[in-house]
Parts: sequence; C-alpha cells; structure tokens
Amino acid sequence: MHGRDVHVRRGEVQALAGLSFSIAAGRVTGLLGPSGSGKSTLIRAIAGVQAGVVGELSVLGHQAGSPAVRAELGYMPQAPSVYEDLTVAENLRYFAAMHGAQVGELLERVGLRAQAHQLGRRLSGGQRARVSLAAALLGSPRLLLLDEPTVGLDPLLRRELWQLFGELAGQGATLVISSHVMDEARHCEDLILLRDGALVAQLTPAQMCARTGAEDMDEAFTRLIEHG
Amino acid sequence: MSTPFARTFATAGRVLAQLRHDPRTVALMIFVPCLLETLLRLIYTHRRLAFDHAGAPLLAIFPLITVFLVTSIALLRERTSGTLERLLATPLGRLELLIGYALAFGLLAIAQAVIASALTLGPLGLHVRGGAVLVVVLAVAVALLGMGLGLLASAFARSEFQVVQFLPAMILPQLLLCGLLVPRAQMPAALHTISDLLPMSYAVDGMKHLTNSYTASAAVWGDIAIVLAFAAAALMLGAGTLRRRTP
Repeated sequence: MHGRDVHVRRGEVQALAGLSFSIAAGRVTGLLGPSGSGKSTLIRAIAGVQAGVVGELSVLGHQAGSPAVRAELGYMPQAPSVYEDLTVAENLRYFAAMHGAQVGELLERVGLRAQAHQLGRRLSGGQRARVSLAAALLGSPRLLLLDEPTVGLDPLLRRELWQLFGELAGQGATLVISSHVMDEARHCEDLILLRDGALVAQLTPAQMCARTGAEDMDEAFTRLIEHG
Repeated sequence: MSTPFARTFATAGRVLAQLRHDPRTVALMIFVPCLLETLLRLIYTHRRLAFDHAGAPLLAIFPLITVFLVTSIALLRERTSGTLERLLATPLGRLELLIGYALAFGLLAIAQAVIASALTLGPLGLHVRGGAVLVVVLAVAVALLGMGLGLLASAFARSEFQVVQFLPAMILPQLLLCGLLVPRAQMPAALHTISDLLPMSYAVDGMKHLTNSYTASAAVWGDIAIVLAFAAAALMLGAGTLRRRTP
C-alpha cells in the first residue's frame, strides 16, 4: 500500500498536507501523532470513506475505496460504532453477514463471551470498543485499519490484543493501527509519525530510539516531533 | 464472500431485530391508530357517513407518519453513530441497505394496516366498499413514501431534535392540503395546484375512491401507482444523500 502526495481538506483545516508513505504487507504499522495530526483522516482515506482525497492512494493494488478493496477490508472507526439496540451477538452476526463470514470464536478473543446477549447500550465504554474491534476482525480481512483500538482498555486486555494483532500479521494480514499512546509504538514493526497532516518520519521502533537516543518511546517521540 | 441478496436480507433482519428490542415503540405504532380510529368513531357517534369520510383517509395517513418517524430517526442514528460509515466500508451497497430497510418497514406497515383495518372495518363499522385488501396495499405504498421522506429528513438534520421537527414541516402541510379538511376541488386554485403536487393527496384520493365506489379499482390502482412513484423519487433522492465518502 502506498500514498503519494495525499492531500485532504476538511472545511478550513488541511487535515493531510502532501503525505507520501508506503506500508508493507503482512506487518503491523503504527500510525502515531498528537491528536489533530491527521491519523484518523489518513485511516478514513485508506478505508475509502473520506471525502475530498487528492493524490494517489493505492491499497492492495487498487484505488482506495474500490469494491475489490472493501471485500478485503476490516475497518474500526474511532468512535465505537455498534448498534445500541442490538445485542453483542446480533451486532457481530450482522457485520459478519456483510462479508459472508461467521462470528466463530471472536467473542472469546475479545473477551466478550459473557456479554453476548447484552444490548449495546448496556455495555461499558471498553466493552463497546471491543465489540467495534471484533466487528472489524470478522471474515479475516487482508487489511485491517484500526483507529485507536486499545483506548480505554485495561493493560491485561491491551497486551492480549497486541498479541492477537501480531498473530494476524503472522497469518499474512496487513494492520494499520493508530494510537496517541507512544508506549504502544513498541508493539509495532513499522511506525509512521504524523504532525499537522505531514509525515515526520517513517521508521522502526528501534530506529526511532537509536536516532533520538531516548530511553522510552514517549521521549523519543517528543524529540522527533520537536526537532524533526 | 457475501451476495447482494444475503446482505439485503441481513439488513432487513437487523432492522426487525432492533424493533424487537423496542416492544414499546412497536406497541405504540400498532395501538395508537386503533385508539384514534375508536376515538373518531365516538366523536361521530350519530354521523356514520362523516366517520366513513374521515376514518378511511386516516388509515392511509398513519403509515406515513409512523414510518417517516422511525426511518428518519433510525437513519439519523446510523449517520451519527458511525455504523453507516462502517457499513459503507464493507461490500454493502446503498441500494441493498435501502431495500433492507424497506422490507422491514414494509412488514411493519402491513402489521399496522392489517390490525387497524380489522378494527376499523370490523367492530367500528367503517364502510369501505372497495375492499380491505386494497386498504393494506395502499398503506404499504404510503409506508414506502414515509420511508423516502424520512430518509431525506435524516440527511438534513444534525440531531434527533431537528429530525422530529421535520414531521410538522414535511407532513402537516400535506395533511392540510390533502382534501381531508376541505375537498381539494373546493380549494382556491393555487392551493389546488399545490395539492396536486403533494403525494399525500393521492393517498387520500385512493382511500376516498375505496370508500365511495365498488368499482373504483382502476382509479385506486392509479393512486397507488402515483404514491409509489413519489416514494421511488424520494428514495432515489435520499439514496443520493447516503454518501460513501463524507467530509
């Protein structure tokens, strides 16, 4: 997947300003940057739901948003988008039907077996986020776009999910995961750092630490953002 | 891989499941028309003919209001909660989504029309010469119109407060001009022309034909066809507002 000179204007704001990048298949790529840096806009552009995308954006060998891509795509929007008036199981069955997939063991993988018959509106924020994540994982998509999938989850569950993401990449899936928590960067194989809709750097976590000489990710990121 | 057929039916099933989890709304949709028809019958206790003339058009107006409200709010929620964005990033087509909704709300309209007509034409003694089956067919056509208008309203509202305000804005003028209060032929020419352009006029015309004549079938089918044409136009316009890519 690659983008060349991608621009997106959202109202008065230039959300992406001439971004060029490439994302390798079968790896976990972290999309990092302060809030408002364009992470969600980039994910939405790759998912084909962002209006006003200018520039070249090629996904799985097709143009972003084309029907061929949508069949292979798992997209988790930033807001936990589940039906509040359906149970967890009904939500997942419906999204599974869009891909002709089965729900299978997914409820266990995201730790929601006990909530299967609870209505969406009765779930806690973290549970809702996990239903939203599970909906994106249905049908083993080749490309997973996850917009802040681990926000508001406890450390134990976060670790399990990162393990799951690694497994999925091991099975050949390409994952693009945004986060504003720099600590999560070390779970990724590649990093794309954004600021003000532009690319700051594209590198591996090890390169990021080596280049900045910082001990932890937070510090490394701060130095990169401030000094380039 | 999924087929368009499977995705459409999954959508209809999902909308029905949402209704099933909200029995109070469904109960209100079914019983409020019955209550209103009963009330009308009591108001016109000694004027049976007047009951026939007011009660029949009402049977065609209930599905418009009911389905307009559920569609506008359901679609507004889809747009604002992010579920629509998520769906449009899957292979689901916009037409499949709309047909799925239409199947579910069509069933709801059939249930409402069957129960309301059974009560109104039975115990309440409303006299419809044209037959009960056509009443239900007309109600379903009107329900699809309500869905099309509700879909349009959901595109122009930012919140549920706004979307319910579209009910008086889009439906009440039609109610005033549809011939229920004053026969359309007796209205000032300008208003008569406007009423010719409004879909509810034809729904009410259809019910009047059903009330007045045994052999009005052709005229009734004509009215049903016009209501369906308006419904199709509203649904097409509404489909245009379901953008896959949003700002």
